[in-house]
Amino acid sequence: MVRAALSIALALSVWCLTLPAGAQQTAMPSRPEQAKAKSTADHSKFEALKGPFTSGPEVTKACLTCHTEASKQVHKSIHWTWTYKHEGTGQTLGKKSVVNSFCGNVTSNEPRCTSCHAGYGWTDRNFDFSSEANVDCVVCHDRTGTYRKVPDGAGHPAASPRKIGKDSYAPPDWVKVAQNVGMPGRENCGSCHFYGGGGDGVKHGDLDSSMANPNRKLDVHMGKDGLNFTCETCHTSDAHVLAGSRYDVAAKDTKGAVHRGAERQAASCESCHGGQPHKSPALKAYYLNGHIEKVACESCHIPAMARGGVPTKTLWDWSTAGKMKDGKPYAEHDAKGNDTYLSTKGTFKWEENVIPYYAWFDGKVRYTLVDDKIDPTRTVEVNRIEGSYADPKARIWPFKAMQGRQAYDKGTNQLIYMNVFGQNDTAFWTNFDWPRAIEAGMKSAGKEFSGQHGFVDTVMYWPLAHMVAPKEDSLACASCHARDGRLANVPGFYMPGRDTFRWLDIIGYLAMAGALAGVIFHGLLRLLFSRNNAAH
Amino acid sequence: MTQRSDTASPLVPVPKHKRTVMIYSRYERFWHWSQALLIFVLVFSGFAVHGTHSLIRFDIAVSVHTIAALALIVLWVFTTFWHFTTGQWRQYLPKSGLFQVIRFYAFGILTGAPHPYSKSLRRKQNALQSLAYLTFMVMIGPALWLSGILYLTYPLWNRMVGQAFGLGAVAFVHTAASFMMVTFVLIHVYMTTTGKTVGHYVKTMITGYDTVEMDEVEEAYLKSQGTRIFR
Repeated sequence: MVRAALSIALALSVWCLTLPAGAQQTAMPSRPEQAKAKSTADHSKFEALKGPFTSGPEVTKACLTCHTEASKQVHKSIHWTWTYKHEGTGQTLGKKSVVNSFCGNVTSNEPRCTSCHAGYGWTDRNFDFSSEANVDCVVCHDRTGTYRKVPDGAGHPAASPRKIGKDSYAPPDWVKVAQNVGMPGRENCGSCHFYGGGGDGVKHGDLDSSMANPNRKLDVHMGKDGLNFTCETCHTSDAHVLAGSRYDVAAKDTKGAVHRGAERQAASCESCHGGQPHKSPALKAYYLNGHIEKVACESCHIPAMARGGVPTKTLWDWSTAGKMKDGKPYAEHDAKGNDTYLSTKGTFKWEENVIPYYAWFDGKVRYTLVDDKIDPTRTVEVNRIEGSYADPKARIWPFKAMQGRQAYDKGTNQLIYMNVFGQNDTAFWTNFDWPRAIEAGMKSAGKEFSGQHGFVDTVMYWPLAHMVAPKEDSLACASCHARDGRLANVPGFYMPGRDTFRWLDIIGYLAMAGALAGVIFHGLLRLLFSRNNAAH
Repeated sequence: MTQRSDTASPLVPVPKHKRTVMIYSRYERFWHWSQALLIFVLVFSGFAVHGTHSLIRFDIAVSVHTIAALALIVLWVFTTFWHFTTGQWRQYLPKSGLFQVIRFYAFGILTGAPHPYSKSLRRKQNALQSLAYLTFMVMIGPALWLSGILYLTYPLWNRMVGQAFGLGAVAFVHTAASFMMVTFVLIHVYMTTTGKTVGHYVKTMITGYDTVEMDEVEEAYLKSQGTRIFR
């Protein structure tokens, strides 16, 4: 409050002056933070890493000879458990449990999905989550850029050279990889997070391969010609557990920045920029800082998603899947080569430079889980975001609103798990038989399927926090402060430029028009009478 | 039609003469014209913020509106001070003869009837003017600056619980008062054309000089003060 009062005092008196960087300035990294920290160890000199190695777990065992606690730490992270117990809602979330609008679910599809697990060998529900050797160290720490898991290997790289579609997979040079480890770079995290949902840019909208080497315009923090941040510059790690969560988002960080040099386990903008980030000119800064209580930084500073030249999937309609041409599955593409129809997956829509969906968000995300009832006559929110204007924890956030049409159990009105992947007689991608695919998916989780399936419209919200544009590209005021601006449908508050009072406006404009007409009429009368008087 | 002074009526009528004298002091004219300019700027930028027009960018409108509003508040603080130190506030006190003035503007002005009020140094405004200006200064003005200050300081109180529609209420009052302001200005500007000539009142407000009735005592007093009086 004191700071706010100071701000307005400044705004009132020296509005036009640029505020000097002073006590209010918060600690900001002054130098580019590089992926390659100056390490005190040269891993090529370690006996344990001389090999030979023939598999991932062998390398992990070698790592653990020095980093004795590493696997135990990783075991506690969501990268390993794929399970998240949400304290606020009591729901058990995580990839292991939730249903999404993309490939649906992990259970029964493990070898495919777990190619992005930070481990080795999660082939089915019997995976041993206590195995230290099965932690995959190098997927995050490889600095050679040569380590690659195969898409259907349950987290393992290729054991022998393979070709899948257009992509070739060779077994890694294990010794080279093991000896060239370091702090994770953008491409390490990106090897999974850029390709979620089965392909480049499919899932997030603000994360795709363009973020491996972005320019400043695409991401002001990560840009190679800018601050060159890695993911972990913001997603700070503490014993292999990283800050930031899509399930329990810090929608508003009131703690702000701590003093210079101190590190905070938080991935929020405020953890570096503080709660009064706009500095000059003072009057505009005063108004902009006044938004922070109700508007997330991301809402203005991410003007659009999928800005790096990689489109993001905005619609996935499963209901059209299974069509054949000449008895064979087929694919259709758009002009840019993006799949628009696959017999295995249905119909897609891809978009670039997508304007986000905006909504009140208190950080809490409530999922529609397979045990929850749905109303199939309406669009089902696969995950529901909560918050309102009156909620002091909530702010207006930008989202990718993923449109879906996906299978559900008509008998129970519940979403379903489906088996899509596998060389077996149930997987949809092999057999194109919905009831059997759903039956197998549900059975793998020990759940029942009524046998009757239908398709329901769904929407899934993905909060946006990446592709933060330079300030000159952030939204203009009138992007929202306009009759049909970006926040036209965000309810619960009065916004200048967007809102009017219908009747007040009608009465007001009528009063002004009436006054104008009245004086014109009176003036004309005067003119007329003065002529008459003069004529006498 | 009888004329009453706003001070105690003299027991013996004193003969009055028409004299040309400065009736609007330099400060009063400065106040009037700078206020006029600021109000024009505020109306233009304010209706841009309101979304009535989009002739200027929203952020520019907000900045211009804020600066002009702060300037106007400063001007009003000085002017309030001026009104009380000079005693000019008495000019706004309600007067009798309101109906006659209204009737004059409705009919008399058309038929060439004389104005029912004659200007004096102590009574610069007729009854209708006083009522209009008083409404402007105690109702429309305060409604605008009170709601405007709340509007301006919204970032300081938007954390308060239960203020969900606070800004809406503030904006409602501010918008309603601004409609009244514009209505006032439109009529006010037109009324300036109703003097001896179309430009007479405007000229008076620019030069400060007008011809008023004054008695010999007033004339002598003003002369002793060094005031220039033209016959």
